[in-house]
Amino acid sequence: MDRKAGKKVYADAKSALDGLLFDGMTILAGGFGLCGIPEHMILAIRASGVKGLTVVSNNCGIDDFGLGLLLQTRQIKKMISSYVGENKTFEQQYLKGELELEFNPQGTLAERLRAGGAGIPAFFTRTGVGTIIADGKEAREFDGQTYVMEKALKGDLSIVKAWKADTAGNLVFRKTARNFNPPVATAGKVCVVEVEHIVEAGQIDPDHMHLPGIYVDRVFKGDAFEKRVERVTTRD
Amino acid sequence: MPWERDDMCRRAAGELEDGFYVNLGIGMPTLVANFIPEDVSVTLQSENGMLGMGPFPLHNEVDPDLINAGKQTITELQESSYFDSATSFAMIRGGHIDMSILGALQVAQNGDLANWMIPGKMVKGMGGAMDLVAGVKRVLVLMEHVAKDGSSKMLKACTLPLTGAGVVDTVITELGMFRLRDNKVHVIELGTGVTLDELRAKTEADIAVQ
Repeated sequence: MDRKAGKKVYADAKSALDGLLFDGMTILAGGFGLCGIPEHMILAIRASGVKGLTVVSNNCGIDDFGLGLLLQTRQIKKMISSYVGENKTFEQQYLKGELELEFNPQGTLAERLRAGGAGIPAFFTRTGVGTIIADGKEAREFDGQTYVMEKALKGDLSIVKAWKADTAGNLVFRKTARNFNPPVATAGKVCVVEVEHIVEAGQIDPDHMHLPGIYVDRVFKGDAFEKRVERVTTRD
Repeated sequence: MPWERDDMCRRAAGELEDGFYVNLGIGMPTLVANFIPEDVSVTLQSENGMLGMGPFPLHNEVDPDLINAGKQTITELQESSYFDSATSFAMIRGGHIDMSILGALQVAQNGDLANWMIPGKMVKGMGGAMDLVAGVKRVLVLMEHVAKDGSSKMLKACTLPLTGAGVVDTVITELGMFRLRDNKVHVIELGTGVTLDELRAKTEADIAVQ
């Protein structure tokens, strides 16, 4: 893989994912609900027909948008998520035993990804102590408090949505669309990013980068993001 | 009449102190924001990566990149900041958030909380609830006192799978406000017109009256 600055820019989702997809792989996906999801890459993965996927993502989209599209085509074998409540296809496949599911508390999921990208194989947390989440996991006492051990998460591929990238792969996110994207970006063997704007290196103040380009292997500008909103709520 | 929803939310808002950083759960807890007294300045945290959550937008202000943890569109304030999910939960787990207000299926007198799954029914997931109750300094539960089938939700011990063990500090229901201390439910205030007899009839947990 050519990680040199300037060689990271690809034309579209299909070319950016070329050679990276294989059956049975683990994909880490950024986003929270439908906010900040790599919608172009999800469509390209669907079109590729790759199957038996383990997908790590806080949520699993809705029936007809986001990761839900990969459920429709039964490309997902297992989800690791914190909340999957918005998706009937998910519920049906899960209840029929066609889909495996591992629930992680949201902060534990985020930290497992962060640890995966930071070379930390496991960590101890109070989250889940005394609940079924702690069953079968090592527990330890520190300063009189009980903690449970959680292991790092890594993947074959990270798919990320950012607002803006420069040609060196430095990223800027926008508002709450940042969410899981930075930790996801760090924890995959390869990281592909879709953005709304690509600028030349030097056009973003180095003090204003949210994620340094070292984590980014390939980047492309998506056209016409749909950015669907789950619950439009207004005060007027 | 016992307390209405607005009364419960107003009472919960009364527990907030000037300068608090607070996380409000989905549903009734979200409404507490509407009852924060004017002389109390509270910063709302949204666990999907924001501090300083503003009100819902006007129709022409809706931004798909700006939502709360309930996936509703929101707005930002002058003091708002954004961060990623790992940073957000470091803030929560690290004890930097002063209070979390959330709903419950069951609360036990020892502070155990169950609010994420009913065995045999489709489980949607715990989202950030387990992290919040384990990490936030004080957990306040806002819930109805009895379940739809008439059974008490204030128990000696939870029968549903736990979200956290010994985590709840205060409970507000239509029947009053309660603090959980020394394995008992201490009555701080009764709802309008609520008698101790009515409270006892609807509560399985051990009650202590000051």
